Amino acid sequence: MLTYIVIAAIKSLVLIHVLLGAVAYTVWLERKVVGHMQNRWGPTRVGPFGLLQPIADGVKFILKEDLTPPHVYKPLFILAPMLSVVLALTSIAIIPLGNQLPLGRWTTAFQITSSPTGTGDINIGLLVLLGVTSIAVYGIALAGWSSNNKYSLLGSLRASAQMISYELSLGLSLVGVLLLAGSLSLRQIVDNQAGRYFGVLPHWYVFPQMIAFFIYLISAYAETNRIPFDLPEAETELVAGYHTEYSAMKFAMFFMAEYANMFTVACVATLLFFGGWHGPIPQFLPPLVQAFVPLLWFALKVLVFIFVYIWVRGTLPRFRYDQLMAFGWKFLLPLAIANIIITSLIVAWLS
Amino acid sequence: MLHLILFFIFAAVCIAGAINLLAQSHPINSALSLIVVMGSLAVLYLLLGAEFVAAIQIIIYAGAVMVLFIFVIMLLNAGVEEHSGKSYVAWFIGIPSVTVLVGLAVYSLVLYQEKSAPAIGPDPLLGSVQEIAHLLFGKFLLPFEVTSVLILIAIMGAVVLARRGES
Repeated sequence: MLTYIVIAAIKSLVLIHVLLGAVAYTVWLERKVVGHMQNRWGPTRVGPFGLLQPIADGVKFILKEDLTPPHVYKPLFILAPMLSVVLALTSIAIIPLGNQLPLGRWTTAFQITSSPTGTGDINIGLLVLLGVTSIAVYGIALAGWSSNNKYSLLGSLRASAQMISYELSLGLSLVGVLLLAGSLSLRQIVDNQAGRYFGVLPHWYVFPQMIAFFIYLISAYAETNRIPFDLPEAETELVAGYHTEYSAMKFAMFFMAEYANMFTVACVATLLFFGGWHGPIPQFLPPLVQAFVPLLWFALKVLVFIFVYIWVRGTLPRFRYDQLMAFGWKFLLPLAIANIIITSLIVAWLS
Repeated sequence: MLHLILFFIFAAVCIAGAINLLAQSHPINSALSLIVVMGSLAVLYLLLGAEFVAAIQIIIYAGAVMVLFIFVIMLLNAGVEEHSGKSYVAWFIGIPSVTVLVGLAVYSLVLYQEKSAPAIGPDPLLGSVQEIAHLLFGKFLLPFEVTSVLILIAIMGAVVLARRGES
């Protein structure tokens, strides 16, 4: 029991640091890629290719004065960014990143919430993720309300309404995959995607569930408040939306939460639609080294999703608010329901 | 052992949240306390092996229902309540009935222990998604469908109320 807790604690510590490092360098990647898309260089001054820019940003966030405006409701004003960042980091605990790691006497999985033997997984992995996503609304809603500022309140109302609306199509788009996989455990879903169709095409759920994948992708952009759905922080209308009154590290927490959520969403897309850690090359390395190869495939697939996020940001303009709501409720939701009905009919026909 | 420790921690959090819900004078603090109560209830379900119920408790109650509560409080900008302390209903009906209820609960739980009933431990199979689905779409299909019709009527009522202002 004690070893299990210690191993889980070590895994959490490592994973949080990896995630936060990845978040910092995603910001760098985004500035660089968007820069090149707009015929600029992006960050170049700090370190080679601006590679030390995230560290400089971090130092700046810590050293800046942490202003608390006098008119805010202080307990919630402080609680809101913490809630955002804690929930954003919690969801990574459910995600399986690879197979088992053989460490002499112990075998453990690349996942915080794995069973002590390293082969099992919690049975409701996906539902836990949806639960954490649905709780994440509070960070933004409370931030806007406690700031006692009309722009913040408008931004947070927009964000909450948007997140609640798109959570439905997000959840329903996953049902198609669940029907095919027959399990809520993320590890089980990934294991079902091993192998190939006709020896060529990988057995990924993106091929039978193409529509679900696009619904998921669009809803995921809306869930993470990214362009083209970044109305909560539309700077031309709302100053900076729900984080108008936040400065220094509290602002950085919202920033980290947004990028960590991007990672979670990309991880779920990889796990459910793109075969998780399964790669095209068969095993040939010694077991201890081979255990780390799936991590590389997983990271590569997640990176592709992050790149698409940035690409979309460099390409698409922002929605209008009524368009956003009409698109979510009148197009994505019926489409997701139709997808579920057709998928379940086919699954029932084949079984 | 770990189950027992976790149970006492989250039971204490649950009760503290419930008391805080009553004690707070600002509606948004009360709503947040209610979320804490919902969350710790979910953990208690999880400790009993009802994984699916725990997850649904978080998604539906803490995630969806309470967001609407918070929404209403934010939109109406509800102010701080005042405690008058002069409610005769509370003094002469509320407090005696609470005392009776607590007394009954303590009596039935502590003093009057049912010896014949077997102790219920965590059972991984009873709370699984498959098990609940078999019950819901097999044995209890009719009540389930009737409930969904009921919810549909509520949705249609909401649409009618929202449309009334337009014409």
